[in-house]
Amino acid sequence: MRNKYLKGTARLAGLASVLPLAGCDWDILNPKGPVGDQLKFLIVESVIAMLIVVVPTIIMVCVFAWKYRASNTSAEYLPKWSHSNKVEAMIWGVPTLIVIFLAIITYQTCHSLDPYRPLDAEANTKPLDVEVVALDWKWLFIYPTEGIATVNQLAIPVNTPVHFVITSDAVMNSFFIPQLGSMIYAMAGMQTQLHLMATEAGDYLGESANYSGRGFSDMKFRTLAMPQDQYAAWVEKVRASSDQLDNPTYAKLAAPSEAEPVRYFSHVEPNLFDEIVAKYNNGMVMDKSTGKMIHIQSAMSDMNMKE
Amino acid sequence: MAQDTTLNDAHAEHEHHELPTVFGFWVYLMTDCIIFGSLFAVFAVLHDQFNGGPTGKELFEISGLALETALLLISSITYGFGMIAAHKGQIKSVQMWLGLTFLLGLGFVFLEVREFAGMIAEGAGPDRSAFLSAFFTLVSTHGLHVSCGLVWIITLIVQLSGVSAISERMMNKLTMLSLFWHFLDIVWICVFTYVYLASMI
Amino acid sequence: MLGRLSFADIPLDVPILVGTFMGVAIVGIAVLGLITYYGKWGYLWKEWFTSVDHKRLAVMYIVLALVALFRGFADAIMMRSQLALAYAGNPGYLPPHHYDQIFSAHGTIMIFFLAMAFMTGLFNFIVPLQIGARDVAFPFLNNLSFWMTAVAFILVNISLFIGEFSQCGWLAYPPLSEMQFSPGVGVDYYIWAIQISGVGTLLTGVNFFVTIVKMRAPGMTWMKMPVFTWTALCSSVLIMVSFPVLTVAVALLGLDRYFGMHFFTNDGGGNQMLYLNLIWAWGHPEVYILIIPAFGVFSEVVPAFSGKPLFGYATMVYATCAIMVLSFVVWVHHFFTMGAGADVNAFFGIMTMIISIPTGVKLFNWLFTMYKGRVQFHATMYWAVGFMITFTIGGMTGVMMAIPAADFVLHNSLFLIAHFHNVIIGGVYFGYICGMNFWFPKVFGFKLNETWGKRAFWFWFVGFYVAFMPLYVLGFEGMTRRLNHYDNPEWYPWLLVAEVGAVLILFGIVCQLTQLYVSVRDRNLVENRDLTGDPWNGRSLEWSTSSPPPPYNFAIVPHVHELDAYWHDKENGIDTRHAGGPYQPIHMPKNTVGGIAVGVLSLVLGFAAVWYIWWLAVIALVGIFATVIARSANQDVDYYIPAEEVARIENEHTRKLMAQAAE
Repeated sequence: MRNKYLKGTARLAGLASVLPLAGCDWDILNPKGPVGDQLKFLIVESVIAMLIVVVPTIIMVCVFAWKYRASNTSAEYLPKWSHSNKVEAMIWGVPTLIVIFLAIITYQTCHSLDPYRPLDAEANTKPLDVEVVALDWKWLFIYPTEGIATVNQLAIPVNTPVHFVITSDAVMNSFFIPQLGSMIYAMAGMQTQLHLMATEAGDYLGESANYSGRGFSDMKFRTLAMPQDQYAAWVEKVRASSDQLDNPTYAKLAAPSEAEPVRYFSHVEPNLFDEIVAKYNNGMVMDKSTGKMIHIQSAMSDMNMKE
Repeated sequence: MAQDTTLNDAHAEHEHHELPTVFGFWVYLMTDCIIFGSLFAVFAVLHDQFNGGPTGKELFEISGLALETALLLISSITYGFGMIAAHKGQIKSVQMWLGLTFLLGLGFVFLEVREFAGMIAEGAGPDRSAFLSAFFTLVSTHGLHVSCGLVWIITLIVQLSGVSAISERMMNKLTMLSLFWHFLDIVWICVFTYVYLASMI
Repeated sequence: MLGRLSFADIPLDVPILVGTFMGVAIVGIAVLGLITYYGKWGYLWKEWFTSVDHKRLAVMYIVLALVALFRGFADAIMMRSQLALAYAGNPGYLPPHHYDQIFSAHGTIMIFFLAMAFMTGLFNFIVPLQIGARDVAFPFLNNLSFWMTAVAFILVNISLFIGEFSQCGWLAYPPLSEMQFSPGVGVDYYIWAIQISGVGTLLTGVNFFVTIVKMRAPGMTWMKMPVFTWTALCSSVLIMVSFPVLTVAVALLGLDRYFGMHFFTNDGGGNQMLYLNLIWAWGHPEVYILIIPAFGVFSEVVPAFSGKPLFGYATMVYATCAIMVLSFVVWVHHFFTMGAGADVNAFFGIMTMIISIPTGVKLFNWLFTMYKGRVQFHATMYWAVGFMITFTIGGMTGVMMAIPAADFVLHNSLFLIAHFHNVIIGGVYFGYICGMNFWFPKVFGFKLNETWGKRAFWFWFVGFYVAFMPLYVLGFEGMTRRLNHYDNPEWYPWLLVAEVGAVLILFGIVCQLTQLYVSVRDRNLVENRDLTGDPWNGRSLEWSTSSPPPPYNFAIVPHVHELDAYWHDKENGIDTRHAGGPYQPIHMPKNTVGGIAVGVLSLVLGFAAVWYIWWLAVIALVGIFATVIARSANQDVDYYIPAEEVARIENEHTRKLMAQAAE
C-alpha cells in the first residue's frame, strides 16, 4: 500500500522532470526493454529525491553568500553565533530521511533488478539462451540450442527474454547493451549471467564497458532485435554459412585481432563454452543444472596444458 | 649556573621531543600488521587453488617446523634478557644476548630457506599454483622481516661496542628492535597455526 | 649488462614525444643553467634539498604538485583533443598505444603526485603550526617521504622517453596488466612508481599521526583542535590503514610479473577479483584521504572570511570521524557489476549512501557559518563558494551511482568520469587551491594577487562545467570511458564542447601561473606585504607567528585555553607569543643528506628493476641499507639555536608588530 503510494507520487514527479528530456534520445533514457525501463525509472526517481535537498542547498549557498556579503551592512551580523540545535536537527534529519528512502528503493531494486534473476516474462515465455565469450577484441555469441555462433552481431527476437551466460577467454570486459539495460563483467574462468529483453525491434549498440587494451575501442557489436519470423530467417541465414566453429577455427578466432567484421558459423562444437571456462579451472566447470563442479576433459584443455 | 639550568630545561624539552620515537615505531608496526593481515586474507582466498599441484598436506613437515618455531620463540626470550641487561646498563651482557638472539634468528632463516629450496626442487615453487604463490609470499615476507631484524641486531651490536654507557637514543633503538622482534614472533605463531597446521589437519 | 634496455626503447619514432623531450630538455637546461649562473646550488642544497624543516618541505611538496599538475593536465587536454578529432573514421592523432599510456599516466599522476603531494604539502605547513609544535615528530622521515614521492614522479616521467608507461589504466587491473597481456615495461614502471611513492606516503601518515597525537601544545585537548588538524589526523589514520593494502596489491601484481606467480592470472588458480577487492580496499579510503583535508581547508577559510566561528564544530568533528570509519565499508561499489549477490550489492550501496549524510552535514555547516556573517569576497572565498555548489552536484551523482541497479548502466561510462572529476576537481582541487591562497602569505610573507586569483577561479569554475557536464550526457548516451575513437554522431558535438571546457581550464592554469608571477613581482608593495603574520584576522595558532614563521615556529610554546586559540587570546588581550621572553635555547634537528640519498638510490633501484638490470638493482638496494645504517650511527643530528638568536628574531618581529599597530 505504502509502496504503491510512494511509486505513484514518484512517477508523477518523474513525468514532470522527464518532459524537458522527452525529445532527446539518450540511450539510457530511451530504453527498449523492461530492464532498461525500470532502470530509467529508478534513475529519475532517485534524482528527484535528491533534488529535494540539492536544489535548496545550492540556492541557499547563493542567497547566503549574497545576502551576508561584507558590503551589505544592513544584514544581521551575529559574530559569535555558531550553534543551534534546530539547525543541527535539520541538517542531520533531512538527508537521513532521503537516504532512508533511497536505501529502501536500493534494497528493492537490488533484488528486482539483479542481473541473475530471471525476468518476469520468463514465467510464460521460454527464454533464448545465448553464451557470450569476450575475446581480444571481439565478442563471440554462441546459440547453444540452435547450434550456431556469430561474431560481433547479436540477433534476438523481440518480446522474448534472453538469458546470457558470459565469460572471457582473454582479459576482463563488461558486456553492455545500453538501450536494453544492465551490464555485467566477463571474466576468464568465471561465468556471469544476465537477463535482458527487447520490446521493440531495432538495431542497438552493444559494447564492452571495461577497458581491455589496444583494440578496445572497436570491440563493439550490433544488437538486432527483430520479430520472431525475421529472427527465424536470420538463424537460417547463419546456418547457411560455410564457416564452422571447431577447435582449430576457435583457436584462430581467439587470437588477438582488432575491428573484426561480423562472422557467422553454421555449426559450433558442442560444449565449446564450457571448455573455455574449464580450461582456466583445471578442467572443472559448474554444471548448469545441478550447480555442482564437474570435470570435463577436452582437446582444448589439453592444448592449454601444453602451453 | 643560570646557563646550566636553561640548558637542562632545554634538555628536558629535548627528551620530550624524542619521546614519540618508540610510539611512532609502534604505530608503524601496526601498519606492518595490516600488510600481514592482507597477505593472510590473500592466502585465505587462494588456499584451495592447487591447480592440480601439491597441497599443503603433501608438502609440509611438522618436525622442521617445530624446530623453526622453537628457535624463534627462544630468540624472543634471549632478546628479553638482553633488554633486562640494557636496563641495568651492562653493555657486554647486552651484546652477548643480542649475539645469541642473532644466532637463533639465523638458524630460523636457514631452516626456512632450506624448506623453500626443497619445495622448489620438488617442482612446488611459487609459480606452480595460486596456493603456492600465496604460501611463499606470506611466509617469505615474514622471513624477510626476520632477515632485516638480523641486520638490525648486528648494527646495534656494532654500535654498542666502544660506548661507555647506553644513551637515551640507543635505549630507544633497543626498545624498538625489541618490539619488532616480538611482533615477528606473534606473526609467526599466526603463520604456523593458520598456514601450516590448518593445511595439515 | 643493460637487461632488456636497448637503444630501440627510446621512442624516436613518435614525434610528439621527441618534441616533448626537446622542450623538457631546453627548459631543464635553462633552469639548471640559471641556477649555476646565479650560484644557487649550495643554497638549494643547504636550505631546501637537505632541509628537515616542515615549512621548507611543504613548499617543495607543493612545487612538485604544481609540476605534476602541468604534466597531468597536458595528458588531459591531449585526450580531449583526440576525442574531439577521432570521429567517423578519423583515427585522431594518438594511436591506441600512445593514447592508452596517456590516460593511464593522467590518472596515476593526478592522484599520486598532484593530489597526494599537494595534500602532504598542506599538512606539512599547517599542522605543526596549528598545534603549536616546533616541527613534526620525525623530521628526517619527513624529508625522506618527500624524496620518495619526488623520485617516484621522476620515474613516471622517465617512462616518457625510455620505454613506455603502463597502458592498463590508473589502477592496472589484471589480467590485462599481467605479463601475458602486457609484456612491456609500462606496468613495471607503474608498479615501481607506486611502491616508491607509497613508502613516502605511509611514512607521512605515521609521522603526522604521531605528531598530532603526541606534540600538541599544552591545553590543546582533542575538542580544542582546529578542524584542519582533525582532518589531517583522520586522513593520516586512513593512510596508515589503507596504504599497506595498496602495497600488498601492487606487490603481488609485481610477483606475478617478475616470478610467474598466480595471484591474479587467468590460469594457475589466480583470481582477478581478488586484486579488485584489494585495490579498492585502498582506493576508496584514498579518495577520502584526499577530500577530508580539503574539507579541513574550507572549515578554516569560511569562518575566516565570514567573520564568525565555524558553525557546529563538534558536528564537524563527528562527521569527519564518521566518514573516516565508513570509508572502509564501501569499496565494493566500484565493481557492483562483477556479479556478486543482490544482498552484497545492497549492503555496499546503502553504506555508500550513508556516507553522504555526514558529508552533507559538513556542507550545511559551512553554509550556516556564512549565515548572519560578514562574507568577504576574497579570491580564497570564491574557491570555497564554487566548491559548495559544485560538490553538491558531484555528491548527488555519486549517490546515483551508489544504487547498484543504476550503476549497472552508469558504471565505467563517461558519467562516472564526470562524477569523480566533479568531486575531485570541485572538491579536492578547489579545496587545495583555496588553501594555497589562504596560507600563502603565512608561507612567504606576502599575499597572492587578487585579480588574477579571481580570473583563475572563473576560468576553472566555468571550464569545469563546460568540460564535464557534457560527459554526464555522454554517459547517458552509452559512451564508455577510455575509448580512443568512435563513430556515433550523437557523441561528437558533446565531445567538442568538452574540448572547449578543457581549453578554458587551460586558461585557468595560465591565470594561476600569472597570479604567482604578479604576486612575486609585487611582493614589496605595502598592500601586499604581511608584516603582522595575521592578514585575515585568523583564529588558530599559525596566525600568531610571524610570516614567514621563524625556523623554530614558536619561541615559547603557547598555552591553549579554548577552541580557536589565537582568537581567544586576541579577544582577551593575551599575548600568545609571550613577547619579550625570557627565551631559552631551542633544540632543532640538523639537515640531512640521508633522505635525498635514499630517494635517489630508490630511483636507481626502480629503474634497474624495470629494465632487469639486476647488478645495478643490487647495488642500489645495498646502498639504501648502508645509508639507513649510517644514519642510525650518526650522533650529530641536532643542534641548539642560542637564546640570544631567538631573542633577536622575536624582538625584531615585535618591533614590526608595534610599528604596524602605530600606523
